[in-house]
Amino acid sequence: MDVPQIKKAAKVYDVVIVGSGAGGGMAAYQLSKAGATVALLEAGGYFDPADPKYINQLKWPYESPRRGAGTTRAFGDFDAAWGGWEIEGEPYSAVKGTEFHWFRSRMLGGRTNHWGRISLRMGPDDFKRRSLTGIGEDWPLGYEDFAPYYDKVDDLIGVFGSKEGLRDAPDGRFLPPPKMRLHEMMIKKAGKSIGVPVIPSRLSILTKPIHDRGGCFYCSQCGRACQAYADFSSSSVLCIPAVKTGRVTLINGAMCREVLTDAKTGLANGVSYVDVPTMTEQSVMGKVVVLAASTCETARLLLNSKSARFANGLANSSGVVGKYLNDSTGASRGAFIPALMDRKRYNEDGVGGAHVYSPWWLDNKKLDFPRGYHIEYGGGMGMPMYGFGFGMEGRNSLVPGRDGKPKEAGGYGASLKDDFRRFYGANIGMAGRGEPVPLESNYCEIDPNTVDKYGIPTLRFNYKWADAEIKQAKHMQDTFEEIIHAMGGIPLGKKPGPESNYGLEAPGKIIHEIGTARMGNDPKNSVLNKYSQAHDVKNLFIVDAAAFPSQGDKNVTWTILANSWRTSDYIIDQVKQKNI
Amino acid sequence: MKRRDSLKAITLSSLGFAGMNPQIAAAESITPPDVKPLKVPGGRQKFEAERDAKLNADKFFTPHELKTVTILGDIIIPADAKSGSASQAGTPAFIEFMMKDQPQWQTPIRGGLRWLDNVCMKRFDKKFADCLKAQQIEIIDEIAYPGKAKPEMSQGVAFFNSMRGLVATGFFTSQMGIKDLGYVGNTPNQWEGVPADVLKQYNLSYDE
Repeated sequence: MDVPQIKKAAKVYDVVIVGSGAGGGMAAYQLSKAGATVALLEAGGYFDPADPKYINQLKWPYESPRRGAGTTRAFGDFDAAWGGWEIEGEPYSAVKGTEFHWFRSRMLGGRTNHWGRISLRMGPDDFKRRSLTGIGEDWPLGYEDFAPYYDKVDDLIGVFGSKEGLRDAPDGRFLPPPKMRLHEMMIKKAGKSIGVPVIPSRLSILTKPIHDRGGCFYCSQCGRACQAYADFSSSSVLCIPAVKTGRVTLINGAMCREVLTDAKTGLANGVSYVDVPTMTEQSVMGKVVVLAASTCETARLLLNSKSARFANGLANSSGVVGKYLNDSTGASRGAFIPALMDRKRYNEDGVGGAHVYSPWWLDNKKLDFPRGYHIEYGGGMGMPMYGFGFGMEGRNSLVPGRDGKPKEAGGYGASLKDDFRRFYGANIGMAGRGEPVPLESNYCEIDPNTVDKYGIPTLRFNYKWADAEIKQAKHMQDTFEEIIHAMGGIPLGKKPGPESNYGLEAPGKIIHEIGTARMGNDPKNSVLNKYSQAHDVKNLFIVDAAAFPSQGDKNVTWTILANSWRTSDYIIDQVKQKNI
Repeated sequence: MKRRDSLKAITLSSLGFAGMNPQIAAAESITPPDVKPLKVPGGRQKFEAERDAKLNADKFFTPHELKTVTILGDIIIPADAKSGSASQAGTPAFIEFMMKDQPQWQTPIRGGLRWLDNVCMKRFDKKFADCLKAQQIEIIDEIAYPGKAKPEMSQGVAFFNSMRGLVATGFFTSQMGIKDLGYVGNTPNQWEGVPADVLKQYNLSYDE
């Protein structure tokens, strides 16, 4: 059998970037605009939301044989993500009694193609958790370090919202927010009556066109990726423009194996990868290596980059790589709102996602759990997709029929058919997204027994929710019922209780994982310094959420973008000063 | 494959690039040759297009099962003044596809159909599809209302709940069903807020 030979490409790039999501896309954009030559490696294929080859936007459910069911795509047949929690030939495992679900998008732009576009800034207190509460960790940076970069990200990418002056949910440089839908006005009114604030969402969707991108045309389908580039995807807004500078070599199908290092200097000098279409071993050389493969993939890459000098994995003299893995908490509830039956029909698709949300409004010092959460809302007369009509037997006896008489649950025939019309658009949903407390005992590591189809050792997870998160989920459920009752609604299904951790989703299900190569001032308990530069390897940087010590309840994409931009500026500065 | 295309494939794959790089040659030798080229529709990944083609070529329901599914579908969603029936909207074909697409449906639905036939055989000495309309409705009435169904009919209730869901999804995600429901979105537009008459109806205002 032939031994695969590693062919070294002759060219040495100024920067090699691994991963084309929010972090890698922003670094490629900033560094190439500054004049650097960049090799941008992406494990998945090319993707351009405007190319008809890839477009699912504005398709009808009957254009899918499964009517949009999520058989091969977790969020439905038209969702933009290529990949999911399970990818054939790319396994991972969990230590018995623990659980983690790892969502990967293998495509240009990564998970930014299908994400919820929720673009929140972390607040001043989010960076100071240990100082303020005695548990968790402080960042080596504060809101004042991030504010100018959040501003620049707002201007470059675009985000709508409203000025509210809330300390914990800082305002940005907002485009105008879309008006509330009917059920959102009802939620706001109900929230007001019980002291839950409901304010315009903050989503990176262009309610006014900026730069060369189109404005939102209100189809509600951001999750399918936008052919007008009217929302933020790293593919459309960062990677494709970066490639247009002529200085970025995009290498799709590059599944990275290791970060290469110079045995003498200990510096990173490139990346080895499997070229997926040909299944050949390749490498690309660079003066600076930037990792943005996603929180867990970046940790895996570091841990797999072992050498005589870095026996514990690259940049891991602290032993912290892989540790403090944390995902947002999530719990949800649905409700039926009788007042919304027999609605007048009109197009209320709106933008992709809710037009309103509830930022955290309480003081954890007065509660039995240490961290807050925000609430996202759903509902409306949306496009019927797979799943429509299931469970009618749990609803159609809750209110009298058209004739005013009580109705037996379930049924069939003309009367049932009419019920589907009557109940259409009368459901709402709410979902809490909370801040977890990062723990050393929640981590990913290299599985000693398993490799993927490329022969790359895989990850094994060890993750358990703690009391803090379970109590937070309980509080979410209580709040959801309060809001539903204040709306005159009827909660659907049984209220989740202790038997299900109050409906707390399994770790990884919210896809907000961070923390596996956290930054800090002390090289003994952190991997990166405050410039996301490895303590151990000065020309190695990490610009995805692996770098973050904590995440607030703030859906970290906007912070990834800001931090990647800040790190890119630092790289440019250090190269100019000849420090790297 | 057209002869011109097959010549092109031979040139590029078997003789051209493969001859130049031993790594690629080694990788290709473990890849089975494509039987026929498949056109990947827009928005699909190649593996999805291949999977769909295979599922569409397979058959799951027997003619008798499909006939029963069709009758049940039209009992659940019949034609009325506003729109047609489940079968007129193509629902049986959708349910057939789902059996293959999500195989966890196969046992409950196939088994449920047999359960139904068995109940009908015992009572009417005929399978459900061969029963008179009144006999069919007599049985359906015993499984369509979970709140008042007899305990011995519980498996039938569970089966009918699944069928009700599948038929409703199939119908209301069809062109006919969407029109019936009155969903008027999925088209470029400007969102100007809730119409004034609706605000008035709900006694709401944007100025609050």
